[in-house]
Amino acid sequence: MAGDNQVTATAERPQSTIFKRPSSTKGLWGWITTVDHKKIGIMYGYAAFFFFIVGGIEALLIRVQLAQADGEFLTAGAYNAMFTMHATTMVFLFIMPASAAFMNYLLPLMIGARDVAFPRLNALSWWIFFFGGIFLYSTFIFGTSLPPISPDGITGNLAPGGGPGGFGFLADSPDGGWFGYQPNAGPLYSPGTAMDYWALGLQIIGLASLVSSVNFIVTVFNMRTLGMRLLRMPVFVWMSTVVAFLLLFSLPIIAVALFMVTFDRQFGTLFFAPVGGGDPILWQHLFWLFGHPEVYILILPAMGIVSEVIPVFSRKPLFGYSAVVFAGAAIAFLGFGVWAHHMFASGITPVAQAAFGLATMTIAIPTGIKIFNWMGTLWGGRLRLTTPMLFAVGFLAMFTIGGLSGVTHAIVPSDWQQTDTYYVVAHFHYVLFGGAVFGLFAGLYYWFPKLTGRVMSERLGKTHFWLQFLGFNLTFAPMHWLGLQGMVRRTWQYAPGNGFESWNLVVTVGAFIIALSILVFMYNWYRSRRRGDASGLDPWDARTVEWMIPNPTPEYNFVNPPVVEKLDHWWHLKYTEDEEGRAVRRPEADQMIAELEHSELNPESPIHLPAPSYFPFIMALGLPIVFYGVIYHTTVWGKALIAIGAVVTLASLIGWGIEPLEEPMPSAHDDEAEPEDEGDADEDEEGADG
Amino acid sequence: MTPLRQRAARLFALVGAALLLTSCSIIQIDSPLTTFDPAGPNADRIDDLFWLVFWIATIIFFLVMGALIVILVLFRDRDANSVREPKQTHGNAKLEVVWTVIPALILAAIAVPTVSGVFDLTGCDDDSMRVEVIGHQWWFEYHYPDYDIDTANVMVIPVGEETCLEMTSDDVLHNFWVPALMGKRYLVPGQTTLLRLEADETGEFFGHCAEFCGLSHSLMRARVEVVDKAEFEAWASAQQEPASLPAEGDPGYDGYQVFLNKGCVQCHTIRFDDSSASNILASDAFNGPDLTHFASRSVFAGAVLPGDDETYQAALADWLADPPYVKPGSFMPNLALTAQEISDLVEWLETTK
Repeated sequence: MAGDNQVTATAERPQSTIFKRPSSTKGLWGWITTVDHKKIGIMYGYAAFFFFIVGGIEALLIRVQLAQADGEFLTAGAYNAMFTMHATTMVFLFIMPASAAFMNYLLPLMIGARDVAFPRLNALSWWIFFFGGIFLYSTFIFGTSLPPISPDGITGNLAPGGGPGGFGFLADSPDGGWFGYQPNAGPLYSPGTAMDYWALGLQIIGLASLVSSVNFIVTVFNMRTLGMRLLRMPVFVWMSTVVAFLLLFSLPIIAVALFMVTFDRQFGTLFFAPVGGGDPILWQHLFWLFGHPEVYILILPAMGIVSEVIPVFSRKPLFGYSAVVFAGAAIAFLGFGVWAHHMFASGITPVAQAAFGLATMTIAIPTGIKIFNWMGTLWGGRLRLTTPMLFAVGFLAMFTIGGLSGVTHAIVPSDWQQTDTYYVVAHFHYVLFGGAVFGLFAGLYYWFPKLTGRVMSERLGKTHFWLQFLGFNLTFAPMHWLGLQGMVRRTWQYAPGNGFESWNLVVTVGAFIIALSILVFMYNWYRSRRRGDASGLDPWDARTVEWMIPNPTPEYNFVNPPVVEKLDHWWHLKYTEDEEGRAVRRPEADQMIAELEHSELNPESPIHLPAPSYFPFIMALGLPIVFYGVIYHTTVWGKALIAIGAVVTLASLIGWGIEPLEEPMPSAHDDEAEPEDEGDADEDEEGADG
Repeated sequence: MTPLRQRAARLFALVGAALLLTSCSIIQIDSPLTTFDPAGPNADRIDDLFWLVFWIATIIFFLVMGALIVILVLFRDRDANSVREPKQTHGNAKLEVVWTVIPALILAAIAVPTVSGVFDLTGCDDDSMRVEVIGHQWWFEYHYPDYDIDTANVMVIPVGEETCLEMTSDDVLHNFWVPALMGKRYLVPGQTTLLRLEADETGEFFGHCAEFCGLSHSLMRARVEVVDKAEFEAWASAQQEPASLPAEGDPGYDGYQVFLNKGCVQCHTIRFDDSSASNILASDAFNGPDLTHFASRSVFAGAVLPGDDETYQAALADWLADPPYVKPGSFMPNLALTAQEISDLVEWLETTK
């Protein structure tokens, strides 16, 4: 393993004649065998965006159904499946991998490293995620979802086609909610295999995040360039590190809980089944003990992104850097002590309700510190309202609303009224869409030049922002009101005469405006990759070291990793301060940028990069095969699948261990990637993702 | 003030006024499920707490958003060619303390009524009337142990005194919620949860199951009828009466025969007092709503029917014709009844006052 990250020549080792490291870094095989953190980041990014579109289509189906009272666009089963898959997709298959895309691509660049600590492990994370996503979504082909069975063995009835409404075929997918509350999502009330696909799919996807969390932690603690002390790291790196620790501590909990569900469903255990003395509330404790830290797993990377974007476009350092960093860590720490605020209506004792209510309130304090420090950064700055900055400021405004409504959930008696209504739906979309998604878009526009050597169209970018901002608020602001007016969540139909109709129509229109804004973004991305203005080395006059290398990023990242002297090292190389404390550009800055732009490898001292490998891909491929087998374990071919998958994974483990360290040298030609080259590479990737 | 600052102030005032107007125009109470129209002391207390926090949050919202807009207007870079760069401030320890301590103090202030509310509103008084609430997919069953009454969908309680709901579930998690009377509480299979209800005005209040409970979660609704004490006692003694069964030739006799012969009795109980016949009791293990006084309830099928624009008879006929179509997943099957059988059943059911 250690050999993977050697950046200088290693001692020769006897070559294995059976196992060879793949040599091609181009084409489909190049993408399949790559261990380059940038290529893995790009694949994560495209896959996440693909699932964003899928989850978005699911949301639009939901909104069409709810556009009017007693809607009959979807059947009840299809509706339940759509809200289950929308949430599951957006949380596990969109925001988490999108954050992973940023972390993969940027973390090594921002700390001045050539790759992550364990490049093959990094590839393994990605392929596990990829196959996990395919496994989960294969439920639409193979899964079944049947009516509930009463405790006395009587089966519920469905009208032909699933009852009123269309798209009945969508009902054969997980429909127990992304929260999978027991016993409804258990074997009795959700018979059929769909919820097994859900539980085991999340198991696989969670494993991907667990593996990468270890990788990122080791990377941040061991791979920083000279002088990059912990408190000189960019805030995005800090937040990624905090997220990695959150993943490390919270994912094992959900892994155990999902195995318990799988055992209940497949092997007749009764962990959560009241008929056998099991406790359905135990599942909620386990789920939210993971699920609440998960919320911070989703939002902290976006907070890191805006902490990078706001200072750059304010042309000021981040106000209260250490306060922002420690507030982020504090949020993560407190985030493990508030899970039961999702359960205030569940009948837990008043002492527990009061304690979790108070703990939840305390989260508002570090969150407030962050918001005020971002505003302190803006204050007195020279604000350039570019597209990334608009998204960052949009994040700030929308997240503040989500934060305020979040405090109202801590007011326990008030939460008894609001929980399980659309008020909560409004709240967490302000946090996760207004917060996380706006932050991710800020990051996409900001770092696009690092992928392509081009900047995205500002005109289209601003159109995208304003459409999304408008659509977002039309969609989610009225939900506060709907919830307070008594509209219950997860309801397929609502009765006329409740005063819900007009606002629901507004919400549906808003959802389609969001969809339109995403189309604008997609066009902008497609167009700017080929025809965007050349970015040069440092298009935004940025502060951090990832902007000290040419765009698109060379395969080896840095010719000479920078020696960091200060926080915002790159800015301080370009700017000094006058006696008033105003920034003054150093006369040598332009010369320095020009030199960096044309820095070339010294052919005398080549850079050894980690060699590509087949084994991450093969090892990851084995997991879904095992899990298909688990679902059908009562059949012969189910047992065969378990065996085949186990052999694939275990054999690749051996291969992983004994494959040679041989590291093909990148030729000088490969290093000088033109923008067009990168574009082609992206196309290959799209082909690979299908 | 500089013109720039004037512009900022004007913009701030304008945006503020627009937001305020919008908020005022939507705060109108028009939903039977609204949380803004409390009809009892428990819901009142929650409502007061909500508005306290709402106004604090609103003030903070306007301060933060106002400050953000002012900052964007004041400090937006209008001259791209200017070489004058901002002062490179790195932070301010005093400010950090201020914006840590002030929110903490606000939260501490809110915490006091929150905690006292939790303790005051959880559990029941010992001497309050008990109603056992049992959740089923997808209807609420109500059992009055003091009166030995078993009913469904519509709960009747006396005005001005506390009713204690002792709740559990027969299958999955449910969540009993009548916004005008109290917040929500889960119904957990194998456990008992308590919820205190009290109304200080009579009337009919709407409710809904608030926890996702499977296919027809959206069609699991509830009603609470609040009546004065005398009316409640009259209702209770009427409910205790056995059913009066139609004799041959009476209206409803044919429908009663359909009920007896089509399998309805496997799930539905009719309690009657006739020395020549035993009561029709569905098996204990599995039952649908007790139909002895079916027609005394204004709504049926999980308090979903009759809907707004249909008559009781038409809704009942639709329901009997194809329950799984009306309520996907329903345990009441489609018995392929003929139109005649359905109209007979409707006629009989209407006599079960």
